[in-house]
Formats: sequence, structure tokens, C-alpha cells
Amino acid sequence: MSDPILDISGLTKVYSGGLKALDDVDLAIRQGEIFALLGPNGAGKTTLIGAVCGLVRPSAGRICAFGHDMATDWRRARARIGLVPQELATDMFETVIRAVSYSRGLFGYPPDKALIEEVLRSLSLWDKRDAKIMELSGGMKRRVLIAKALSHEPDLLFLDEPTAGVDVELRRDMWALIEQMRQRGTTIILTTHYIEEAEEMADRVGVIRNGRILMVDDKAAMMARLGRTEARITLAQPLDVIPSGLSDFPIELVEDGRELAYRGGDGTGKGRAEVAELTKALIAAGIDYVGIDVRESSLEDIFVGLVAGQEGI
Amino acid sequence: MTHFNLRGAWSIYVRELMRAMRTAFQSILSPVLTTSLYFIVFGSAIGDRMPDLGGVEYGAFIVPGLLLLTLLSESTSNASFGIYMPRFTGTIYELLSAPVGVAETLVGFVGAAATKSLILAAIILATANLFVDYSIAHPILAAFYIMLVASSFSLFGFILGVWADNFEKLGIIPLLILMPLTFLGGTFYSIDMLPEPWDSIALANPIVYLVNGLRWTFYGSSDVSIGLSFGLTLGFLALCITVIAIIFKTGWRLRD
Repeated sequence: MSDPILDISGLTKVYSGGLKALDDVDLAIRQGEIFALLGPNGAGKTTLIGAVCGLVRPSAGRICAFGHDMATDWRRARARIGLVPQELATDMFETVIRAVSYSRGLFGYPPDKALIEEVLRSLSLWDKRDAKIMELSGGMKRRVLIAKALSHEPDLLFLDEPTAGVDVELRRDMWALIEQMRQRGTTIILTTHYIEEAEEMADRVGVIRNGRILMVDDKAAMMARLGRTEARITLAQPLDVIPSGLSDFPIELVEDGRELAYRGGDGTGKGRAEVAELTKALIAAGIDYVGIDVRESSLEDIFVGLVAGQEGI
Repeated sequence: MTHFNLRGAWSIYVRELMRAMRTAFQSILSPVLTTSLYFIVFGSAIGDRMPDLGGVEYGAFIVPGLLLLTLLSESTSNASFGIYMPRFTGTIYELLSAPVGVAETLVGFVGAAATKSLILAAIILATANLFVDYSIAHPILAAFYIMLVASSFSLFGFILGVWADNFEKLGIIPLLILMPLTFLGGTFYSIDMLPEPWDSIALANPIVYLVNGLRWTFYGSSDVSIGLSFGLTLGFLALCITVIAIIFKTGWRLRD
């Protein structure tokens, strides 16, 4: 792997009340990737983002962004990092265009009206540029937060639950925007509760629980390694036992022998091929069936399995 | 960007000044109106029946005190409100994640609060001129001292805004400590007028030195040493800067 754009090692955060939110976290983020950080509530996702962005003081460990140590050379690093927080925290009395322009200046960049217009247009905010933020809907406020984060053209963007509480249309718009940013070379780290979101967009996925990173892998590799194919074959006549000719298949009888349950494969499609072989074997054995339901395990299944402490589903 | 983020500081400064413009009545008209009422009541109505103090007409005598009263309260409240509101609304995340540190934050928030106070001071002096005749014996020193006080109490206000975790706390110090000390600090009288032991006790009130420092720049005389007044004000300024530097270093009330 080339030098990571963000390199976190031994990051630990213990809050004053004694809660250990991060426990010796190591994480390296590659340039240009979309990294999805998954974890249940309270897993440490927001604390991890906060530690990188300067909102949280780490108890131990080291964070390097763009080769700059965030403890000593934070100005240069922060100037290239954008953050869209989970909470809708905006200056309610400010207009959209002023709020976004302010963000660019705050990060040390000269005014650029053309860029601000481009950002606002890309988020369908241009028509609302002179509206006070308090007059906007929740979804539009979230767009303002994104516009503020994009105003200084960050090379690394954190999106903390970017689509929480937004409607389907806006969620799709945001996915499209994130894809555009990826094409421009922006590295994106997002936390989400919507596994579908990670499955749709992420190149790599990290799973965090109780402040510890349980797994980091390419999404495709993770799906291949931990993925499974599940099939339910509804039999024309119930069976008492599995015929000996079928015993090599990973199957079992369920629903009082009325259904044959297959669980196997590895997430690469091997399972589907095996199900096809199974159906041929059933016909060869003179066993008739009236229905087949096949599904591949989703990232959500893998995630649920991991946070439940299992090695897959 | 390795050192001072000038654009960041300027952005904070401009935004804070614009916030004051949005609330012009509360920020500017309200203190001007209040001060005008003081001049009408104490300067014109009562002042005519009061003896001269140190050779200065009573109406003119209270001008520095009233100016200081406004400077202290407005500098403190502007700066405290300026940093408290982002904490209250959550927008502080942007400031904390930006490449701005203690220097940019102070120039932005405290500079804007001090600027607003200086604008107010100019307006109040102009307003006072409508009610009483006064002169300024040391105008350059007076301007320096006004800036010093405005900066010091803007810093103090910033500390209050970081310390406060609700609106009630935000108002407690200015209303219950600063205001009484200012009224008892010789704003409307010379501490020579107080009987023993109150004149000695009054010397324990730090505001006495501020009022008299400013009064000296106006009329060339004061109840206490001008050197002590300047020294204490500079010391207070240094103390506030030190406290704010510690706040940023430790992240107290700002970073988890």
C-alpha cells in the first residue's frame, strides 16, 4: 500500500467519566478511497472522527494526516480536512452563502465566489443562497453543512452519518455527490447506520465495536470471505432424512421436512453454482420441488455477525 | 499553513462584527440609550446640585466612569456571548476542526468584541457631549487606556463564555459582580467622599483603579496612583491571556 493519507496508531480515548471510547485503534486510510466505518451506537465512530478533526483530545496514540503529526503540525493537516458532523449544528441567523463563505475563510483560503457557487449549485442550494438557515428544512440544513465542509476543497472529508434522517431523494443525491467527489480524488471516510450505504459506495469497510476495530478489509474481499449463499428449496413431498447422494451438500431439512435449507459458498458466487448442482442432484435422485429461494448474504449480515462476536453468519 | 491563519482570524472577526450589526439595537442603541439616561439623571438633573469634584463639574466628572461602565459590561457580554453561542448551538465544531488556534480565536472573537466596545465608547463620548461639557487632558493615553480596558474585559468575557454552561451563568458574573463593583468603584463619586473605613475598603475594589485610571487621562487627577491603575490593568490583561492559553492547551470546556 502506498503511504496512507491518514495513519492512526494506538489511538486511545478515555473520557473523564472513565468511559474508554477508543481502545488502541490502528487504522490507515488510502488516498482516494471511500472508507465506511460501521458500528453500533456508542461503538466509538464519532469519537474517532472527533480525535482526527480536533474535537476530541486523544488520551494516547498518534494521528498523522498527509504526513503531518496532528499533535504538532495540526494547522497544515486541518486545512486539508473537512467535516460534516452528525448533528445539524448551524448558525441559524446566517444566510446560506455567508455561512459557506465564512467556512472557506476560516480554513485559511481566499474568497472564491465561483467555487462557492459551484458547491451551492451541486447541492441544489443556489436558489436558497440568501435564505437564512433557520428558514430551511432539515434536509437542506444538512446540505448546508456539506457545503460548508466542501467550501475549502478538502482532500479528506469526514461524513458522520451523512444521510441520517434525510429522505430517499436526498440520500440518493448525496450518494451521487460522494461519487463525484471520489472521481475528483477526494478521500472520504463515512460512518453510517445504513449498511446499504456502505455496500453501495465504500471501497473498504471497517467495523468498530466497544472502541476496538474488529476488522478492516476491502468490501469485495470481506463479502467474499465472510459472505454466504442461502437457499430454501420447497419440496413437493416432505422428506424424513436427507438421501445419501446429497450428503456432500451443506444442507439440512427444515419446516418438518418440507424445505431443504442450503447454506454455503463464500460470497463470490460459488454458492449459487453449488445450488444449481444441488437442484440437478435432487432431480437425479427423483426428488421433486416446487420452489427455490436463493439469497446472498449482505454486508449487513456480515456486520451483524461481527458485532455479535461471530466469525460470519 | 504553518503559522498564524490570518484569513481565519479575519473571517471570525468580520462575522462577529456582522453579528453585532444584525443585533444593532441590542448591541449599540441599547447601551447608548442607557448611558444617555444616566447623563440626564446624574449629569443634568442631579449634577447641577452637586459640588465640583477636584475642580471638575459633577456632570463632567462622571463621564469617564460611565464610559467605563459601558466598556466593562459591553466588552464582557459581547465576548462571552460570541464564544458561548457556538458552544450552545454546536457550531463550535467548525472552529475546533479549523486550522485556527488560540491566537486566531482571540484576534477574531476578542478583537471584534473590543472593536464593538470602542465604537460604543466613541458614540457614548459623542452622546455625553450633548449633555455635559468635558475635556480630555491626555487624549492619546485615554485612547490607549480605553483600548486596554476593552481588550482586557473582552478577554475576561471570552473566559466567561467558555466557563458558562447555561445562559444563567453567562449573566451571573456581569450582573452580580461586575456591575455592583463598578457602581461601588467610584463611577459616580470620588472615594475621598467616603467616610472611614469605607474609603480604605473601597481600595480593595479593582474597578476603583480602572475608573480612576481613565479619569486621570481625562482630568489629570485621580484618587489612586495612575501607575498602579495602568499596572493593574496590564496585569489583568496578562492574566486573562494566560488563562485563555491554558484553556486552549487543556481543551477545558471546548474539547472532550
